[in-house]
Amino acid sequence: MGSSHLRPPTAMAIRARLGFVILLLLFFSATLSAALYEDQVGLADWHHKYIGKVKHAVFHTQKTGRKRVVVSTEENVVASLDLRTGFIFWRNVLGKNDDIDQVDIALGKYVVTLSSGGSILRAWNLPDGQMIWESTLPVSTPSKSSLYVPANINVGKDNLILVFGGSSIHALSSMDGQIVWRKELSIDSLEIQQIFQPHDSDVINAVGFVGSSEFVVYHISYRTGEVMQQSKASFESGFCGEASLVFDNLVVALDASKSSLVSISFKNEVINFHQINLSDLVPDFSGKVTLLPLKFNGMLAIEIASSIHLLRVKGANELEFVEKISHPFAVSDALPLSKEQQAFAILQHEESKIHFKVKSDNDLRNEILKETIQMDSHRGNIEKVFINNYIRTDRTHGFRFLVVMEDHSLLLIQQGEIVWTREDGLASIVDSTTSELPVEKEGVSVAEVEHNLFEWLKGHLLKLKGTLMLASPDEVAAIQAIRLKSSEKNKMTRDHNGFRKLIIVLTRAGKVLALHTGDGRVVWSVLLPALRRSETCGNPFALRVYQWQVPHHHAMHENPSVLVVGRCGHGFDAPGIFSIVDSYTGKVQNSLMLEHSVSHIMPLPLTDSTEQRLHLIIDAKLQAHLYPKNSDSLKHFFNEMPNIYWYLVEVEKNKIRGYSLENKAELDTAEEYVFQAKELWSIVFPSESEKIAVTATRKMNEIVHTQAKVVADQDVMYKYISKNILFVATVAPKAAGEIGSATPEEALLYAYLIDTVSGRILHRVCHQGAQGPVHAVVSENWVVYHYFNLRAHRYEMSVIEIYDQSRADNKDVWKLVLGKHNLTVPVSSYSRPDVMVKSQSYFFTHSVKSMAVTATAKGITSKQLLIGTIGDQVLALDKRFLDPRRSVNPTQSEKEEGIIPLTDSLPIVPQSYITHSLQVEGLRSMVTIPAKLESTTLVFSYGVDLFFTRIAPSRTYDSLTEDFSYALLLITIVVLVAAIFVTWALSEKKELKEKWR
Amino acid sequence: MEKGKGLARRWAVEFAENSSYSSSTSDVPDPIGFNRSASDPDDANASRQKKDAESAWKAQKAWEVAQAPFKNLLMMGFMMWMAGSTVHLFSIGITFSALWQPISALQGVGKVFEPYKDSKVDILAPKLLFIALNLAALALGVWKLNTLGLLPTHASDWVSSLPPAPEVEYSGGGLPIH
Repeated sequence: MGSSHLRPPTAMAIRARLGFVILLLLFFSATLSAALYEDQVGLADWHHKYIGKVKHAVFHTQKTGRKRVVVSTEENVVASLDLRTGFIFWRNVLGKNDDIDQVDIALGKYVVTLSSGGSILRAWNLPDGQMIWESTLPVSTPSKSSLYVPANINVGKDNLILVFGGSSIHALSSMDGQIVWRKELSIDSLEIQQIFQPHDSDVINAVGFVGSSEFVVYHISYRTGEVMQQSKASFESGFCGEASLVFDNLVVALDASKSSLVSISFKNEVINFHQINLSDLVPDFSGKVTLLPLKFNGMLAIEIASSIHLLRVKGANELEFVEKISHPFAVSDALPLSKEQQAFAILQHEESKIHFKVKSDNDLRNEILKETIQMDSHRGNIEKVFINNYIRTDRTHGFRFLVVMEDHSLLLIQQGEIVWTREDGLASIVDSTTSELPVEKEGVSVAEVEHNLFEWLKGHLLKLKGTLMLASPDEVAAIQAIRLKSSEKNKMTRDHNGFRKLIIVLTRAGKVLALHTGDGRVVWSVLLPALRRSETCGNPFALRVYQWQVPHHHAMHENPSVLVVGRCGHGFDAPGIFSIVDSYTGKVQNSLMLEHSVSHIMPLPLTDSTEQRLHLIIDAKLQAHLYPKNSDSLKHFFNEMPNIYWYLVEVEKNKIRGYSLENKAELDTAEEYVFQAKELWSIVFPSESEKIAVTATRKMNEIVHTQAKVVADQDVMYKYISKNILFVATVAPKAAGEIGSATPEEALLYAYLIDTVSGRILHRVCHQGAQGPVHAVVSENWVVYHYFNLRAHRYEMSVIEIYDQSRADNKDVWKLVLGKHNLTVPVSSYSRPDVMVKSQSYFFTHSVKSMAVTATAKGITSKQLLIGTIGDQVLALDKRFLDPRRSVNPTQSEKEEGIIPLTDSLPIVPQSYITHSLQVEGLRSMVTIPAKLESTTLVFSYGVDLFFTRIAPSRTYDSLTEDFSYALLLITIVVLVAAIFVTWALSEKKELKEKWR
Repeated sequence: MEKGKGLARRWAVEFAENSSYSSSTSDVPDPIGFNRSASDPDDANASRQKKDAESAWKAQKAWEVAQAPFKNLLMMGFMMWMAGSTVHLFSIGITFSALWQPISALQGVGKVFEPYKDSKVDILAPKLLFIALNLAALALGVWKLNTLGLLPTHASDWVSSLPPAPEVEYSGGGLPIH
């Protein structure tokens, strides 16, 4: 854990030097360490585990041991949850493209998951989640596929697991995952709908459609896969592809026109069709019809115009309408209670109440169970429900409901009460921003302070004991507990160091949550009404969240607010949605449906007089719309309009185009806030040799402390600092695929630095034999990018630093002292500054998921790169390692500057993982937030999990460590003062004596 | 105290004839014609000589005082050489004391030469030497400060506090949001 070399945060200026001295003084007493000690885990960081929106759930409650539910989610997580508490027993996160199709329990001890379009089957050990076996199925085209695990478990007998999808059926041994038999039902366009096994038989039945009008039934031997019987019949009006198995010999399907049901009975190779008009069956029938894929015996659920109709099937040609349940609702699968009885649950929303009804298929008119619970409105409607039963002490059936809500949260409800809740929407964060907490109010009561003072002293005395190694093991535990609990970090007010903040996150479900940086708890949450499915907007989804109003000087009494942008539908031309949410309370202040689409959002560096940030929204028609729409913002905008530019990266067209804005509309019309684009420049990449792989820009809120870089011997280089730099990496189209798909000769990677105002290419470099995936990060005057080097068979990281040559002659001390220089004169991109570029490449062992860079309040502290590794950890790498000026034998002055001798690869120090031993499963992004304390950056990384910590790239040179013993200091001071008084008194006495001698 | 009180003088015997005891000189009157106040010409000459000697001595002393910083200078130089050219507690302390000593000495120039002030003694030259030597010591201190890199003599010391130049244009955009 030894630190190699201490370094001041900035150049060798006088201040830094003095700072260095102070640093040294500080470090005489502090321990040198870059990493955490074991007992420091959890002090400044927190890690929350989530699983995502649940797709399937299988209960495992038969045995008396741990009651659990196995779930698979939309984040490709398969997890086992404790039914009593909702905690995760175990969890496995599959790859990003490895979507789970189905999950089931086999042999009572394995969890079986089918994923990747029915091509991968895995078995996990039920108690601990270890993988038992995995087998890859040769599926030609990934299609809708299903899993069939026979329910009748004969222990000792090797049960076969059937996987069917498209036109093939695979049977696998549940013991070791070996493919026992494989049946390719050699008919084109066959789609198997259902596989089922009549009770106690060795024959499985597969039913499906061929094309759109033919119905097929196969009887296949369960043991060998032989087709024992095959029957086919065609129905002239055709099917739409939806079918539901009602009995062992009866299937009900929807016909092609979706206006009538077809009951298909098959018995001994005879297939009979019977068509029933829906309008005869259902009163006032109209609208879109879908068959709900629920497994009921003798029952059918159809959804017509967003209300559900339950139909009872009495015979091949006799259907009966039972009940209509109106939206919003959820219906569970059937749950066998006994041999001849099945139960299912219907959940229905009524404002803030949810009615739970459990019905048995024997008696559809009456309910077995009826409960009502109150539900918070911020969870939205019920999306899915899974039921499970248990036997009460009086031998009646009790039911548990596992409910998935609209905000993706998961609840367990039992006996009319919510047993536990999981906020699993946080597994799918789309975007995040931060907000300061309110300032602490005056008027804290004295008693509280006294109590706190006593506690404070007590705590510090304990700590003192700890430092002096006098503490007993109990006391050591107490110290640890105090450190971990420290109420200080969880307060709801702003702190001096700026560590306490609110992280405002937007989830895929359209929910906005505010998390406290102290412990990650949810301070408030709101399911935005504008982002919920409604009649006006059928398919809304959340895009981004921005800071809308940050009260600073003016409007101090107002709360800060954030802007949430969504889109109604998936096309780029779909209309946008705006919602403004109060950052302190989560109240929706304003919500509007835009008349235009949203394809770009530009927060401008301007605010109106109420400190609302000006935003330009660019729609698909390349019109720019100014928000907020008031005359004040327009006035501010017009002052700056000639200097506002924007650019568009078109990946499909391999083109980057730059625009300026012009206003053609007359004043005082609605068109006042709409501006037209005027094309200024375009860069077209040759599509035969280049394809845009990645673009990166500087963060808009990044603060740079200085424009000069002091190099060895006090020389100065001027950084080219521009917020308008765009980094573009292009790869050869042949090498755009996976690594290994192209030869080194075919692979090329070009890196561009483009000024987005003038369209000037500042720098272009070609890497031979390099290919993507490319990840890049731009900060200050440098860019670091990561790619694969095919020749070296290794990943590489390159750095490009840009310097401004046109300022290089500003080296006269006297001119600088007297201020006769042009270094602070505003610069324009059109002045065509002369740039000089330094670059260097290094090998890097890991592949990378995402990259970020630390940000501090004033930009003085040196930077670290944050690298999200393939193992879902976050690695902090000093930017010093990625210095293009590293050489094999640095001179003395270069060494003094802190230049590390050149090595071909970047070191990975295990201690510099900021996630220490934890994994942020499914890591997607890392966000750095500057704290008020210059040395410290807050890091929030999210994926399926959330992880937050704070790091100090140059160590906390501006504050004492948290472990600093104030009590020791206090005691020392007291002792010293006392000693002064005592010695003074003694010396007085002695002097007097001397005088009398 | 008790002791002192008990020891009140009762009597005294004067053994020495040529005593400087004031009582004896005042008791015995001078012989007639003897004017004590009239000075002896030889005696006057001697006193002048004495005065000259004193001023010479003063001048010499003043020169000595004026040269004193030279020794200091040498010692300081040695200490600085010992301290080396890297910034740490020791070298900083030495450098600052090397700066502080001449400054405080220069502040007290008048006081240092106060005892040697005489109408006949020219203390300007020693003063100037004293000042010059102290200035040299100060220069040495400053030079040391510079070698430590703590003096803003390079362009880098002046530009690193300058904020980056503001940009006229603002540009945004990028890939369409999806």
